[in-house]
Amino acid sequence: MSPLCTAVHNELNKERGLRKMRFFKQGVKKEHGKGATLYFLFPVICLMLAFLILSGCAQAPAPIAPHPQEEASAEPVEKPVEEAVADKYIIMATTTSTYDSGLLDVLLPAFMEKYGIEVQVIFKGTGQALELGQRGDVDILLVHDRASELRLVEEGYFSDRHDVMYNDFVMVGPAADPAGVKGMAKVTDAFSAIAGGGYTFLSRGDDSGTYRRELKIWEKAGVSDFRDWYLSVGQGMGDTLRMTSEMQGYTLTDRGTYLSLKDKLDLEIVLQGDPVLFNQYGVMAVNPQKHAHVKYASTQKFIDFMMSPEGQDIIASFRIGGESLFFPGKGIKD
Amino acid sequence: MPPLLEGISEAFYLILTFDPYLMRIVFLSLQVSGTAVLLSTLVGVPLGTFLGLKPAGRTRLISKLLYTLMGLPPVVAGLVIYLLFSRMGPFGVLGLLWTPAIMIIAQFVLALPIIAGLTMIAIRSRGKTIQETALTLGAGKLLTAWTVVRESRFAIFGAIVTGLGRVIAEVGAVMMVGGNIAGRTRVMTTAIVLETGKGNFELAVGLGLVLLLIAFIINSLLYRFQEGGKNSAW
Repeated sequence: MSPLCTAVHNELNKERGLRKMRFFKQGVKKEHGKGATLYFLFPVICLMLAFLILSGCAQAPAPIAPHPQEEASAEPVEKPVEEAVADKYIIMATTTSTYDSGLLDVLLPAFMEKYGIEVQVIFKGTGQALELGQRGDVDILLVHDRASELRLVEEGYFSDRHDVMYNDFVMVGPAADPAGVKGMAKVTDAFSAIAGGGYTFLSRGDDSGTYRRELKIWEKAGVSDFRDWYLSVGQGMGDTLRMTSEMQGYTLTDRGTYLSLKDKLDLEIVLQGDPVLFNQYGVMAVNPQKHAHVKYASTQKFIDFMMSPEGQDIIASFRIGGESLFFPGKGIKD
Repeated sequence: MPPLLEGISEAFYLILTFDPYLMRIVFLSLQVSGTAVLLSTLVGVPLGTFLGLKPAGRTRLISKLLYTLMGLPPVVAGLVIYLLFSRMGPFGVLGLLWTPAIMIIAQFVLALPIIAGLTMIAIRSRGKTIQETALTLGAGKLLTAWTVVRESRFAIFGAIVTGLGRVIAEVGAVMMVGGNIAGRTRVMTTAIVLETGKGNFELAVGLGLVLLLIAFIINSLLYRFQEGGKNSAW
């Protein structure tokens, strides 16, 4: 092959090649026609090859196992759901605020140690987490939008919902507090003051549980006229807090994310303790009657663990900088 | 120390100590993007060659389509693939969601138009002459195709490097279909987003530097390969 290639290369630079080309024009045309089918077969064969490799990939062990047990997590994807063997992992969708707080870094290893089931976490806004659950793309949810959760349980998408823990939202703002929120007891008053004075307010604007709560408060405060003082940033809690700090505005945040970022922010808590701000977290399994493939048995173990004295104790004793971030059980009345 | 400087020193510390968290992320990034580009090359180069050898007039529509897809936003690709492979989607039964395999599929879709499109442009510029000469000299169809590709190898390398650059740097698609699960589907770009969100700017900057460093190493290797190609006799 090599000598011919060299020859071809050499020929290229010579007029002779071009002359010959014209001479054989007829033949070339014909050859090209056949060559075309061959070229066409190439991608097809390659695609088949790609699929072979990919299907191999899907079943190969997860390449980077954080725990030795995970080596075997590469269960065949066609694994029947009814199989009695314990699952190696379940997938939980939760909110960015839960994830950022660091609670799961304590809770999940404890569960893993006890049951040998790894919980793999995908963190999204509450809205998207609920959507992932409804579609059956995850096994279990840990979210905080009680009204929606109860409605979706009612509609049959989820089952075994428990009020697992709660924390609260706080309003943060610049130390100078231009809107004079400090000292107010009702968050609705604070929101009215901000809207009335046109002070900068940053909103998550991302269909998260925090955002949904914020909308409810605006509604209760009777504010519907959002002008240029109201900035919908469409980001996670951490990013929103940082932007709020840079702009020295106000925002609504869960206490946990604020506490874990406090040192990097130039913001203070300006209002807290209003019962409207209580934030109930719920854990619930995707209903196996909607999605037969979910690892229902394992999710039950996780829910049991979360609700057990041991799990509740881990939640109660989790602290950042000496402050509790979550309180076990149910924090609101029906 | 400002985050940027601290990030740089943090980056060197993480690299020099072979930090396991970092290594896992980097390894997965390379594995996912490398496989995706390899597959895109296997499909895209023959496809681009085939299209490039056709008269430009006859492939106008498919050319336009390829050029459009070259600008496909990763997050859109991610969304479409998510919907296809979600449990309620047509390929849901495969259970590929949240695995490295689906991240490879997503990046394959992103890299393919770039590699095929740029190959097509390269071949179109002088592939026809090479093809006809090779055929004239009696080369078989396969050998002819191979000769055309080989004669355009610099441009095709360029296409592959561009494809790799696109997928290793994208965050939207892998975030959407991979889910950024720690130790399983977390790659460099999604880790940067996460660490930024948590306020760990140092680690985020460090990861960014590692990303750049890897890109630099890959490009240096390919550049050397090209240089070598120029000087040697083949």
